[in-house]
Amino acid sequence: MSTAVFLEHHEGELQKGSLGVLGKAASLGGDVVGVVLGSGVKELAAQAGKYGATKVFVADAPELEAPLPQPRVDALAQLVREHGIDTVLFAASVLASDVAAGLAARLDAGLNWDLVDIAEDGGNLVGKRPALEDTVYVDVGWKSEPRLALFRPGTFDPVESGGEAQVEELAPSFEDFSTAATMIEQAHEESEGPSIEDADVIVAGGRGLGGPENFSLVEALAKALGGAVAATRAVVDAGWYPYATQVGQTGRTVSPKLYVACGISGAIQHKVGMQGSGTVIAINKDPNAPIFEFCDLGVVGDLHVIVPKLTELVQQRRAG
Amino acid sequence: MSVRPSDFPPPFTPREFVVEPSDPPDERIEVGILIVGAGPAGLACAIRLGQLVEDSPELAERLGEVPVAVLEKGKQPGSHLVSGAVVNPRGLRRLFRGQKQIEDMPFYGEVEAEGVYFLRAKTAMRIPTPPTMKNHGNYVASLSQLSRWLAEQAEEAGVTILPETSAEKLLVKDGRVLGVRTGDKGRARNGERLPNFEPGSDILARVTILCEGTQGHLTGIALDAFGLEGESPQVWALGVKEVWKVARPLRRVVHTMGWPLRAGAKYREFGGSFIYPMGKDMLTVGMVVGLDYRDAELSVHDLLQELKTNPLVRRMLEGGERVGWGAKTIPEGGFVALPRRLHAPGLLFCGDGAGLVNVPALKGIHYAVESGRLAAEAAVDTLRPGRTPWTPGALGVYDDAVRQSFIWRDLKEVRNMRQAFGRGFYIGGMLAGAMTASKGNFPPGNLETERDAEQPIFRTDRAKSYPAPDGKLTFDKLSSVYLSGNRTRDDAPNHLRVQTRVPEEIAVLWERMCPAQVYDAENGSVEVTPSNCVQCGAITAKGGRLTPPEGGAGPEYTLT
Amino acid sequence: MKIAVCVKEVPDSAVHKRIDPSTKRLERSGESALNHFDTQAVEEALKVKEAEGESEVVLVSLGPAGALDSLRKALAMGADRAVLVTDEAAAGSDLVATSRALAAVLEREGADLILFGQQSSDSDGAVLWAAVADRLRRPVISQVAELTVADGKVRGKRQTEFGYDVIEAPLPVVVAVSDAINEPRYPSLKGIMGAKSKPQETLTAAELGLEGGDLGEEGSGTTVLALGDPPPRGDARKIEDDGSAAQQIVDFLAEKKLL
Repeated sequence: MSTAVFLEHHEGELQKGSLGVLGKAASLGGDVVGVVLGSGVKELAAQAGKYGATKVFVADAPELEAPLPQPRVDALAQLVREHGIDTVLFAASVLASDVAAGLAARLDAGLNWDLVDIAEDGGNLVGKRPALEDTVYVDVGWKSEPRLALFRPGTFDPVESGGEAQVEELAPSFEDFSTAATMIEQAHEESEGPSIEDADVIVAGGRGLGGPENFSLVEALAKALGGAVAATRAVVDAGWYPYATQVGQTGRTVSPKLYVACGISGAIQHKVGMQGSGTVIAINKDPNAPIFEFCDLGVVGDLHVIVPKLTELVQQRRAG
Repeated sequence: MSVRPSDFPPPFTPREFVVEPSDPPDERIEVGILIVGAGPAGLACAIRLGQLVEDSPELAERLGEVPVAVLEKGKQPGSHLVSGAVVNPRGLRRLFRGQKQIEDMPFYGEVEAEGVYFLRAKTAMRIPTPPTMKNHGNYVASLSQLSRWLAEQAEEAGVTILPETSAEKLLVKDGRVLGVRTGDKGRARNGERLPNFEPGSDILARVTILCEGTQGHLTGIALDAFGLEGESPQVWALGVKEVWKVARPLRRVVHTMGWPLRAGAKYREFGGSFIYPMGKDMLTVGMVVGLDYRDAELSVHDLLQELKTNPLVRRMLEGGERVGWGAKTIPEGGFVALPRRLHAPGLLFCGDGAGLVNVPALKGIHYAVESGRLAAEAAVDTLRPGRTPWTPGALGVYDDAVRQSFIWRDLKEVRNMRQAFGRGFYIGGMLAGAMTASKGNFPPGNLETERDAEQPIFRTDRAKSYPAPDGKLTFDKLSSVYLSGNRTRDDAPNHLRVQTRVPEEIAVLWERMCPAQVYDAENGSVEVTPSNCVQCGAITAKGGRLTPPEGGAGPEYTLT
Repeated sequence: MKIAVCVKEVPDSAVHKRIDPSTKRLERSGESALNHFDTQAVEEALKVKEAEGESEVVLVSLGPAGALDSLRKALAMGADRAVLVTDEAAAGSDLVATSRALAAVLEREGADLILFGQQSSDSDGAVLWAAVADRLRRPVISQVAELTVADGKVRGKRQTEFGYDVIEAPLPVVVAVSDAINEPRYPSLKGIMGAKSKPQETLTAAELGLEGGDLGEEGSGTTVLALGDPPPRGDARKIEDDGSAAQQIVDFLAEKKLL
């Protein structure tokens, strides 16, 4: 097996998600190479060795300066064809998803997306993809090589192995249509910050807060944890918090690594919007609240006491 | 001192919903005949009109480019329909005149056997089936599915169905009904126009036929506007039902009476349950209770949950999975509550909206179908050369036809049984009937029926004994709302008119009564969550007023 | 200007969606509807048409014959006509096969602007446009939250994990809109009534010059092997606050490396 991992970078840093996929690829065995595409990125390429790549292909070209997908498809297609790559893995992002799909069409190669795991089974790769709001896990495979896969963001953490990678340069040629799109302005932050769909940590408040003024407790904890604030339909409906933060059937669907539910009973309308979350912590004074059926740590108690204390402890820990 | 919901009337006047056409003439939508509601009455009417149009090119020309249009507020025909249902196929046979056979219709099968039980918490005693409840020759159906099929037949007959469109106002000028105005779409909670605001339209028609079903919004408006309310007020029951996938087929139709309702006269808990087979692997189980009950803590949703813990019912559901849920009111006023006339100039009333329900037989669908068919014929009759549907009394041919039909015969026949049955379906009624039989039969004219909202309310601790939801056999209201397919936008205007500062008993009454958790009693006031609403209509019976929300809102029933 | 919008019929119910264990495909026997995300692409197409004047909006879809009913909603919104590729051999097509069919019909339409919605609500796939663009050899911009068309070029504001970019590309171009781009209009009653009589064309794979092996499972590069339950959440811990709950939560977070 010869696996290439697309290493996305932003502002001079390799992205954690791609490095996580690199680590996973290394654990599957075979040759694992990283691919860094950009302009002025040769130094970045060497860093990938630490995370499991034995070799890193780097293409350094002005056409690859802006984070646009199509020139990257050209480079990867060439790599696959010329270097006997049979598997290309991506950590999903806006850029990586477009690159993967373009490459799939270019190579007529099977692409499985939204995977949360991959394993080798008797020489074949088998991916795991949650479906239907994560209520079913589907095992997916590839009918031929090359095999392409996109992993759900944040699925794997990078593993530092401390190795060094040999760097080899690629000299891709580009299709006309691939360079037709041009970047006018790049990566402006939205003034209101990332939406709750993009947050790694969400602290959510429900009716149990008792009143809109107590959202300050939720906000303080979210700030301490570096996360975003979300709300249930009941409190949005009551006008305690804005609609844009509503999680659930008629609001947003989120899947952060950590979801802290404060005073949320856990009605199914809410659950379907957050059941893809990694770790769920629930604080509720009602021991029979349905939320306790689908959390990892359930705390029966008064959130008005627990949350401020928790915020303080988190702050202390972060400061220390 | 007792409180009555009627002491706290909703902020609602029928007059706001009676208007003259306001769109500029070139923007008005003109159709031949306009039907409001794609249920069994409306679709039967549409299908019959399709047949008549096909038979008469002259009529087709007279009716114009869009000869027949049906407005439906649900996402599609059937989205808002809930019924038992054991259907008497008589009306459908007459409608299709042999062009469609029973086998073509989406029935789950003919009733093969039936049983009636008297329940206590842990026991079930079989009792003889009352003659009016015999179902030989009838068929089990999901009314939601049956109506979707009828809608296909109507579309094939050239009828235009306009789903996701609510009929909000009645267009009336000079005492003539000219059509309806549809509801706006894209307003925010406070009524402001959102960027995608789409105003309602005036739809003008030669004849408007209201087939809105129970608690019909414009039906209520029109009965008021034309002074057509019956001698006795209309009263309702609330039905809540579930559909289950089950491990073993149920082979018979089952009705139960008694527990979990209380027999004490002061409670006025008249009702019972039904359990019908739906093919080899499904069944439906429902609970119906008259809305003249008095205990603020009564919840039909929770009574249904309790019912399922009786061994008879639990056994049927063992190893099964709940796949559907729905709630709807049923008009129970019977013959004496029928409108004085079933027509006004340019307007006809059909089906459940008009109260055409045979209470002791638990049937109404065949009357809906038959009345829709008769309305189609009456409407066409007034469109013959030299006649107009707006001439006072011209549409009286419809009343005559209904009076000569089996609808009238059946309803009149059971009029005198009404006392024997007390209020409502089932034995709650029958036992009451037996108890009161000694008092003899009052002529119906002497019956003082009170509106459901006029019943004095008291509060017990009934709710304490409702089973805790376990998510397998018993469920909470919000998971039921979820299963109804309701995903109504949360920032839409509130379509429920209720007073929000009311005594605790009234607040608790609404909170418990509503099967969809729309009302929360909070320290002397009522919090309303309109997006949960499945438009069952119970609030209208019990002191508030349901108005049509934005078209497309509400449940999306598929199995009920 | 000719604008093509790629749309899809999806199972409608939010409640009963289920994968058929025998075919391992999503059951499509129940109610269907137009994918909600696609209505945003339709809305954007109509806005471009309103701004440009003299334009045609054509819907392009791959699906069962009955999918025309769902497409009618977009016609009611204001799209001018619909083309549906429908072929039994296409059932079970994955990205590679689907993009082949769409590219074939889009090639035939020759639109200046091809729009996609953000994702489909049934498979959550959000990648199709890039594959189609590659087959058509056209530039692509995805996750576009603001779109302007002028002087033979489009300019899109692309939302990414890092903020937003502004990207320009010449027509003809493929654009995938984000769900932040607009709130789709409600079809007007006149629109609904007129939708049925708008041109609606169905094409088979053969009519597009495709062969059996290009579509369906045969034409796909991926396969579904098995269905399973989601992994159980680790043993849920439940504690009653005795004054130490906050500390226990911190310890738990530390143990899970979430601090």
